[in-house]
Amino acid sequence: MLEIFVSLLILTGAIFTFIGSLGLVRLKDFYTRIHGPTKATTLGVGSLLIASMLYFSSLEEIVSLHEVLVTLFLFITAPVSAHLLTKAALHLGLQSLAKLPGYLVNTRHHEKKVK
Amino acid sequence: MLSYAVFVALMLVTAAVALSFWRLLCGPSMPDRILALDTLYINTIALLVLLGIHLSSALYFEVALIIAVMGFVGTVAACKYLLRGDIIE
Amino acid sequence: MYRLLPHPMLTLILAGIWLLLVNSIHIGQIVLGLLLGWMIPLLTTQFWPERVRIYKPFYLLRFVGIILIDIVQANFTVARLILGNPDRLQPAFVSVPLILKSDLAISFLANVITLTPGTVSAHLSHDRCHLLVHALHVSNTEELVNTIKSRYETPLKEIFEQC
Repeated sequence: MLEIFVSLLILTGAIFTFIGSLGLVRLKDFYTRIHGPTKATTLGVGSLLIASMLYFSSLEEIVSLHEVLVTLFLFITAPVSAHLLTKAALHLGLQSLAKLPGYLVNTRHHEKKVK
Repeated sequence: MLSYAVFVALMLVTAAVALSFWRLLCGPSMPDRILALDTLYINTIALLVLLGIHLSSALYFEVALIIAVMGFVGTVAACKYLLRGDIIE
Repeated sequence: MYRLLPHPMLTLILAGIWLLLVNSIHIGQIVLGLLLGWMIPLLTTQFWPERVRIYKPFYLLRFVGIILIDIVQANFTVARLILGNPDRLQPAFVSVPLILKSDLAISFLANVITLTPGTVSAHLSHDRCHLLVHALHVSNTEELVNTIKSRYETPLKEIFEQC
Protein backbone atom coordinates (compact mmCIF):
# COMPACT_ATOMS: atom_id res chain seq x y z
CA MET A 1 0.00 0.00 0.00
CA LEU A 2 2.73 2.41 1.04
CA GLU A 3 4.80 1.29 -1.94
CA ILE A 4 2.00 2.25 -4.37
CA PHE A 5 1.62 5.65 -2.71
CA VAL A 6 5.39 6.29 -2.86
CA SER A 7 5.47 5.23 -6.52
CA LEU A 8 2.59 7.59 -7.34
CA LEU A 9 4.34 10.48 -5.57
CA ILE A 10 7.60 9.75 -7.44
CA LEU A 11 5.81 9.69 -10.80
CA THR A 12 3.90 12.94 -10.08
CA GLY A 13 7.12 14.64 -9.00
CA ALA A 14 9.02 13.52 -12.10
CA ILE A 15 6.18 14.59 -14.42
CA PHE A 16 6.02 18.05 -12.83
CA THR A 17 9.81 18.45 -13.03
CA PHE A 18 9.64 17.50 -16.70
CA ILE A 19 6.78 19.95 -17.39
CA GLY A 20 8.75 22.76 -15.72
CA SER A 21 11.71 22.21 -18.04
CA LEU A 22 9.37 21.79 -21.01
CA GLY A 23 7.98 25.25 -20.27
CA LEU A 24 11.53 26.57 -20.35
CA VAL A 25 11.85 25.38 -23.95
CA ARG A 26 8.29 25.88 -25.28
CA LEU A 27 7.30 29.36 -24.16
CA LYS A 28 8.11 32.40 -26.24
CA ASP A 29 9.62 35.15 -24.07
CA PHE A 30 11.68 35.29 -20.89
CA TYR A 31 8.93 36.61 -18.64
CA THR A 32 6.62 33.68 -19.39
CA ARG A 33 9.47 31.16 -19.32
CA ILE A 34 10.26 32.00 -15.69
CA HIS A 35 6.86 30.59 -14.60
CA GLY A 36 7.73 27.00 -15.53
CA PRO A 37 10.81 26.42 -13.36
CA THR A 38 9.62 28.45 -10.37
CA LYS A 39 6.29 26.67 -9.93
CA ALA A 40 6.14 23.28 -11.60
CA THR A 41 9.65 22.35 -10.55
CA THR A 42 9.10 23.38 -6.94
CA LEU A 43 6.09 21.08 -6.55
CA GLY A 44 7.91 18.36 -8.51
CA VAL A 45 10.93 18.31 -6.22
CA GLY A 46 8.62 18.77 -3.21
CA SER A 47 6.66 15.60 -3.92
CA LEU A 48 9.86 13.67 -4.75
CA LEU A 49 11.22 14.66 -1.34
CA ILE A 50 7.99 13.62 0.43
CA ALA A 51 8.25 10.25 -1.35
CA SER A 52 11.87 9.90 -0.20
CA MET A 53 10.81 10.79 3.36
CA LEU A 54 8.11 8.08 3.41
CA TYR A 55 10.43 5.52 1.80
CA PHE A 56 13.30 5.98 4.24
CA SER A 57 10.92 6.14 7.23
CA SER A 58 9.51 2.73 6.28
CA LEU A 59 12.96 1.32 5.45
CA GLU A 60 14.75 2.23 8.67
CA GLU A 61 11.71 2.26 10.96
CA ILE A 62 12.70 5.60 12.45
CA VAL A 63 11.03 8.80 11.30
CA SER A 64 13.31 10.43 8.73
CA LEU A 65 12.43 14.11 8.55
CA HIS A 66 15.52 15.80 7.20
CA GLU A 67 14.12 15.96 3.65
CA VAL A 68 11.76 18.65 4.98
CA LEU A 69 14.82 20.89 5.17
CA VAL A 70 15.50 20.77 1.41
CA THR A 71 11.78 21.32 0.65
CA LEU A 72 11.62 24.28 3.01
CA PHE A 73 14.82 25.74 1.58
CA LEU A 74 13.55 25.41 -2.01
CA PHE A 75 10.18 26.97 -1.13
CA ILE A 76 11.95 29.96 0.40
CA THR A 77 14.68 30.44 -2.22
CA ALA A 78 12.82 29.74 -5.49
CA PRO A 79 10.68 32.94 -5.29
CA VAL A 80 13.70 35.03 -4.31
CA SER A 81 15.77 33.92 -7.30
CA ALA A 82 12.75 34.31 -9.60
CA HIS A 83 12.22 37.88 -8.35
CA LEU A 84 15.90 38.74 -8.87
CA LEU A 85 15.92 37.20 -12.36
CA THR A 86 12.83 39.17 -13.42
CA LYS A 87 14.37 42.32 -11.99
CA ALA A 88 17.59 41.72 -13.94
CA ALA A 89 15.58 41.09 -17.12
CA LEU A 90 13.61 44.34 -16.62
CA HIS A 91 16.89 46.16 -15.99
CA LEU A 92 18.36 44.84 -19.26
CA GLY A 93 15.08 45.64 -21.05
CA LEU A 94 14.40 42.22 -22.56
CA GLN A 95 11.69 41.82 -25.23
CA SER A 96 8.31 40.97 -23.74
CA LEU A 97 5.04 39.69 -25.17
CA ALA A 98 3.17 41.75 -22.60
CA LYS A 99 3.25 45.53 -22.63
CA LEU A 100 6.06 46.79 -20.37
CA PRO A 101 4.84 49.26 -17.74
CA GLY A 102 5.44 52.89 -18.69
CA TYR A 103 7.51 54.12 -15.79
CA LEU A 104 10.24 51.51 -16.28
CA VAL A 105 10.66 52.40 -19.96
CA ASN A 106 10.88 56.09 -19.04
CA THR A 107 13.56 55.61 -16.37
CA ARG A 108 15.68 53.63 -18.82
CA HIS A 109 15.58 56.43 -21.41
CA HIS A 110 16.45 58.87 -18.68
CA GLU A 111 19.48 56.78 -17.69
CA LYS A 112 20.66 56.72 -21.29
CA LYS A 113 20.39 60.51 -21.51
CA VAL A 114 22.41 60.92 -18.32
CA LYS A 115 25.15 58.68 -19.70
CA MET B 1 6.39 -1.54 -8.65
CA LEU B 2 8.68 0.94 -6.94
CA SER B 3 11.70 0.09 -9.10
CA TYR B 4 9.66 0.63 -12.29
CA ALA B 5 8.39 3.97 -11.00
CA VAL B 6 11.94 5.07 -10.12
CA PHE B 7 13.12 3.96 -13.57
CA VAL B 8 10.43 5.97 -15.41
CA ALA B 9 11.02 8.95 -13.14
CA LEU B 10 14.78 8.85 -13.79
CA MET B 11 14.08 8.91 -17.54
CA LEU B 12 11.69 11.88 -17.20
CA VAL B 13 14.11 13.89 -15.05
CA THR B 14 16.99 13.14 -17.42
CA ALA B 15 14.83 14.46 -20.28
CA ALA B 16 14.18 17.57 -18.18
CA VAL B 17 17.96 18.01 -17.71
CA ALA B 18 18.44 17.73 -21.49
CA LEU B 19 15.70 20.33 -22.14
CA SER B 20 17.17 22.87 -19.71
CA PHE B 21 20.64 22.20 -21.11
CA TRP B 22 19.30 23.10 -24.56
CA ARG B 23 18.01 26.40 -23.16
CA LEU B 24 21.38 26.97 -21.47
CA LEU B 25 23.24 26.53 -24.75
CA CYS B 26 21.03 28.62 -27.05
CA GLY B 27 19.13 30.92 -24.68
CA PRO B 28 19.17 34.30 -26.45
CA SER B 29 19.90 36.45 -23.38
CA MET B 30 21.88 36.29 -20.15
CA PRO B 31 18.85 35.96 -17.76
CA ASP B 32 17.65 33.03 -19.89
CA ARG B 33 20.92 31.23 -19.32
CA ILE B 34 20.87 31.92 -15.58
CA LEU B 35 17.29 30.65 -15.40
CA ALA B 36 18.35 27.48 -17.25
CA LEU B 37 21.23 27.02 -14.81
CA ASP B 38 18.86 27.46 -11.85
CA THR B 39 16.52 24.83 -13.34
CA LEU B 40 19.51 22.51 -13.84
CA TYR B 41 20.34 22.77 -10.14
CA ILE B 42 16.78 21.86 -9.15
CA ASN B 43 16.73 18.99 -11.66
CA THR B 44 19.99 17.71 -10.20
CA ILE B 45 18.41 17.72 -6.72
CA ALA B 46 15.55 15.62 -8.14
CA LEU B 47 18.03 13.22 -9.78
CA LEU B 48 19.99 12.81 -6.55
CA VAL B 49 16.86 12.11 -4.50
CA LEU B 50 15.77 9.51 -7.05
CA LEU B 51 19.23 7.92 -7.01
CA GLY B 52 19.07 7.79 -3.21
CA ILE B 53 15.75 5.89 -3.37
CA HIS B 54 17.09 3.62 -6.14
CA LEU B 55 20.20 2.64 -4.17
CA SER B 56 18.39 2.75 -0.75
CA SER B 57 21.11 5.03 0.61
CA ALA B 58 20.46 8.17 2.65
CA LEU B 59 23.94 9.49 1.82
CA TYR B 60 22.84 11.40 -1.26
CA PHE B 61 20.63 13.69 0.81
CA GLU B 62 23.57 15.78 2.04
CA VAL B 63 24.78 16.24 -1.54
CA ALA B 64 21.31 17.45 -2.55
CA LEU B 65 21.21 19.92 0.36
CA ILE B 66 24.61 21.39 -0.52
CA ILE B 67 23.66 21.70 -4.20
CA ALA B 68 20.46 23.53 -3.15
CA VAL B 69 22.44 26.03 -1.03
CA MET B 70 25.22 26.57 -3.58
CA GLY B 71 22.78 26.84 -6.49
CA PHE B 72 20.81 29.59 -4.77
CA VAL B 73 23.96 31.55 -3.92
CA GLY B 74 25.23 31.19 -7.49
CA THR B 75 21.94 32.39 -9.02
CA VAL B 76 21.77 35.39 -6.70
CA ALA B 77 25.40 36.34 -7.41
CA ALA B 78 24.89 36.12 -11.18
CA CYS B 79 21.68 38.24 -10.99
CA LYS B 80 23.43 40.79 -8.81
CA TYR B 81 26.21 41.01 -11.39
CA LEU B 82 23.66 41.68 -14.14
CA LEU B 83 21.86 44.30 -12.05
CA ARG B 84 24.87 46.22 -10.76
CA GLY B 85 27.84 45.18 -12.91
CA ASP B 86 29.62 44.16 -9.73
CA ILE B 87 29.17 41.57 -6.99
CA ILE B 88 31.00 42.99 -4.00
CA GLU B 89 30.27 46.66 -3.50
CA MET C 1 16.83 39.77 29.00
CA TYR C 2 16.69 41.49 25.61
CA ARG C 3 20.49 41.69 25.35
CA LEU C 4 21.03 38.09 26.38
CA LEU C 5 18.30 36.60 24.19
CA PRO C 6 17.61 39.05 21.36
CA HIS C 7 15.42 36.82 19.17
CA PRO C 8 13.70 33.96 21.04
CA MET C 9 11.72 32.87 17.95
CA LEU C 10 14.91 32.66 15.88
CA THR C 11 16.55 30.59 18.60
CA LEU C 12 13.73 28.04 18.47
CA ILE C 13 13.73 27.95 14.66
CA LEU C 14 17.51 27.44 14.49
CA ALA C 15 17.33 24.65 17.08
CA GLY C 16 14.59 22.98 15.01
CA ILE C 17 16.68 23.27 11.83
CA TRP C 18 19.67 21.73 13.64
CA LEU C 19 17.55 18.78 14.82
CA LEU C 20 16.26 18.26 11.26
CA LEU C 21 19.82 18.41 9.90
CA VAL C 22 21.23 15.75 12.24
CA ASN C 23 17.95 13.78 11.92
CA SER C 24 17.72 12.67 15.57
CA ILE C 25 16.09 13.90 18.77
CA HIS C 26 18.78 12.76 21.18
CA ILE C 27 19.03 14.94 24.32
CA GLY C 28 22.60 15.97 23.49
CA GLN C 29 21.57 17.17 20.05
CA ILE C 30 18.71 19.23 21.56
CA VAL C 31 21.15 20.96 23.93
CA LEU C 32 23.63 21.57 21.10
CA GLY C 33 20.84 22.92 18.87
CA LEU C 34 19.63 25.33 21.57
CA LEU C 35 23.24 26.45 22.18
CA LEU C 36 23.74 27.15 18.46
CA GLY C 37 20.34 28.87 18.30
CA TRP C 38 21.39 31.09 21.20
CA MET C 39 24.89 31.93 19.91
CA ILE C 40 24.22 32.56 16.22
CA PRO C 41 21.67 35.41 16.76
CA LEU C 42 23.96 36.89 19.42
CA LEU C 43 26.94 36.99 17.04
CA THR C 44 24.90 38.34 14.13
CA THR C 45 22.82 40.96 15.97
CA GLN C 46 23.66 43.70 13.48
CA PHE C 47 21.97 41.80 10.64
CA TRP C 48 18.65 41.77 12.52
CA PRO C 49 17.91 45.43 13.18
CA GLU C 50 14.18 45.25 13.85
CA ARG C 51 12.26 42.93 16.09
CA VAL C 52 9.73 40.72 14.36
CA ARG C 53 6.34 40.67 16.01
CA ILE C 54 3.58 38.30 15.12
CA TYR C 55 0.25 39.57 16.41
CA LYS C 56 -1.90 36.58 15.52
CA PRO C 57 0.07 33.29 15.50
CA PHE C 58 -2.97 31.10 14.84
CA TYR C 59 -3.87 33.21 11.81
CA LEU C 60 -0.33 32.54 10.55
CA LEU C 61 -0.83 28.78 10.80
CA ARG C 62 -4.15 28.99 8.95
CA PHE C 63 -2.56 31.25 6.32
CA VAL C 64 0.29 28.74 5.74
CA GLY C 65 -2.30 25.98 5.24
CA ILE C 66 -4.22 28.09 2.69
CA ILE C 67 -0.94 28.83 0.86
CA LEU C 68 0.02 25.14 0.67
CA ILE C 69 -3.34 24.29 -0.92
CA ASP C 70 -3.00 27.23 -3.32
CA ILE C 71 0.52 26.14 -4.34
CA VAL C 72 -0.75 22.72 -5.43
CA GLN C 73 -3.66 24.31 -7.31
CA ALA C 74 -1.41 26.87 -9.01
CA ASN C 75 0.99 24.14 -10.10
CA PHE C 76 -1.78 22.27 -11.90
CA THR C 77 -2.90 25.54 -13.56
CA VAL C 78 0.63 26.38 -14.74
CA ALA C 79 1.23 22.83 -15.98
CA ARG C 80 -1.99 23.00 -18.02
CA LEU C 81 -0.99 26.38 -19.49
CA ILE C 82 2.48 25.11 -20.45
CA LEU C 83 1.08 22.01 -22.13
CA GLY C 84 -1.56 24.07 -23.99
CA ASN C 85 -1.00 26.23 -27.03
CA PRO C 86 1.68 28.86 -26.19
CA ASP C 87 0.27 31.31 -28.77
CA ARG C 88 -3.02 31.59 -26.88
CA LEU C 89 -1.44 32.86 -23.64
CA GLN C 90 -2.21 36.41 -22.57
CA PRO C 91 0.71 37.49 -20.35
CA ALA C 92 0.48 40.89 -18.68
CA PHE C 93 2.27 43.16 -16.24
CA VAL C 94 -0.02 44.21 -13.41
CA SER C 95 0.74 46.84 -10.81
CA VAL C 96 -0.60 46.01 -7.34
CA PRO C 97 -0.97 48.91 -4.89
CA LEU C 98 0.28 47.95 -1.43
CA ILE C 99 -1.12 48.77 1.99
CA LEU C 100 1.59 46.83 3.84
CA LYS C 101 4.39 48.85 5.42
CA SER C 102 6.92 46.57 7.12
CA ASP C 103 9.76 44.93 5.15
CA LEU C 104 9.01 41.42 6.35
CA ALA C 105 5.34 41.59 5.36
CA ILE C 106 6.17 42.94 1.87
CA SER C 107 8.78 40.25 1.20
CA PHE C 108 6.38 37.62 2.52
CA LEU C 109 3.69 38.89 0.12
CA ALA C 110 6.15 38.91 -2.83
CA ASN C 111 7.20 35.31 -2.12
CA VAL C 112 3.59 34.15 -1.76
CA ILE C 113 2.63 35.86 -5.04
CA THR C 114 5.51 34.13 -6.83
CA LEU C 115 4.62 30.72 -5.42
CA THR C 116 0.88 30.81 -5.98
CA PRO C 117 -1.49 31.90 -8.71
CA GLY C 118 0.39 31.92 -12.06
CA THR C 119 2.15 35.18 -11.20
CA VAL C 120 5.74 36.29 -10.50
CA SER C 121 6.59 39.40 -8.52
CA ALA C 122 8.94 41.49 -10.64
CA HIS C 123 9.71 44.88 -9.14
CA LEU C 124 8.97 46.94 -6.04
CA SER C 125 8.71 50.66 -6.75
CA HIS C 126 11.10 52.96 -4.90
CA ASP C 127 8.41 54.47 -2.64
CA ARG C 128 7.29 50.90 -1.67
CA CYS C 129 3.72 51.58 -2.73
CA HIS C 130 3.41 49.43 -5.85
CA LEU C 131 4.45 45.87 -6.55
CA LEU C 132 4.83 45.03 -10.22
CA VAL C 133 3.58 41.52 -10.97
CA HIS C 134 3.89 39.47 -14.16
CA ALA C 135 1.02 37.08 -14.83
CA LEU C 136 1.30 34.13 -17.20
CA HIS C 137 -2.28 34.17 -18.38
CA VAL C 138 -4.79 36.78 -17.26
CA SER C 139 -8.07 37.86 -18.82
CA ASN C 140 -9.27 40.31 -16.17
CA THR C 141 -6.50 42.29 -14.47
CA GLU C 142 -8.77 43.98 -11.91
CA GLU C 143 -10.01 40.63 -10.69
CA LEU C 144 -6.41 39.44 -10.24
CA VAL C 145 -5.49 42.52 -8.19
CA ASN C 146 -8.60 42.07 -6.03
CA THR C 147 -7.82 38.38 -5.47
CA ILE C 148 -4.24 39.14 -4.40
CA LYS C 149 -5.39 41.94 -2.08
CA SER C 150 -8.21 40.06 -0.38
CA ARG C 151 -6.68 36.57 -0.28
CA TYR C 152 -3.08 37.32 0.68
CA GLU C 153 -2.52 40.96 1.62
CA THR C 154 -5.31 41.39 4.18
CA PRO C 155 -4.33 38.32 6.28
CA LEU C 156 -0.67 39.38 6.16
CA LYS C 157 -1.61 42.84 7.40
CA GLU C 158 -3.52 41.33 10.29
CA ILE C 159 -0.65 38.97 11.16
CA PHE C 160 2.36 41.27 10.97
CA GLU C 161 0.97 44.78 11.53
CA GLN C 162 -1.28 46.11 14.20
CA CYS C 163 -4.42 47.58 12.70
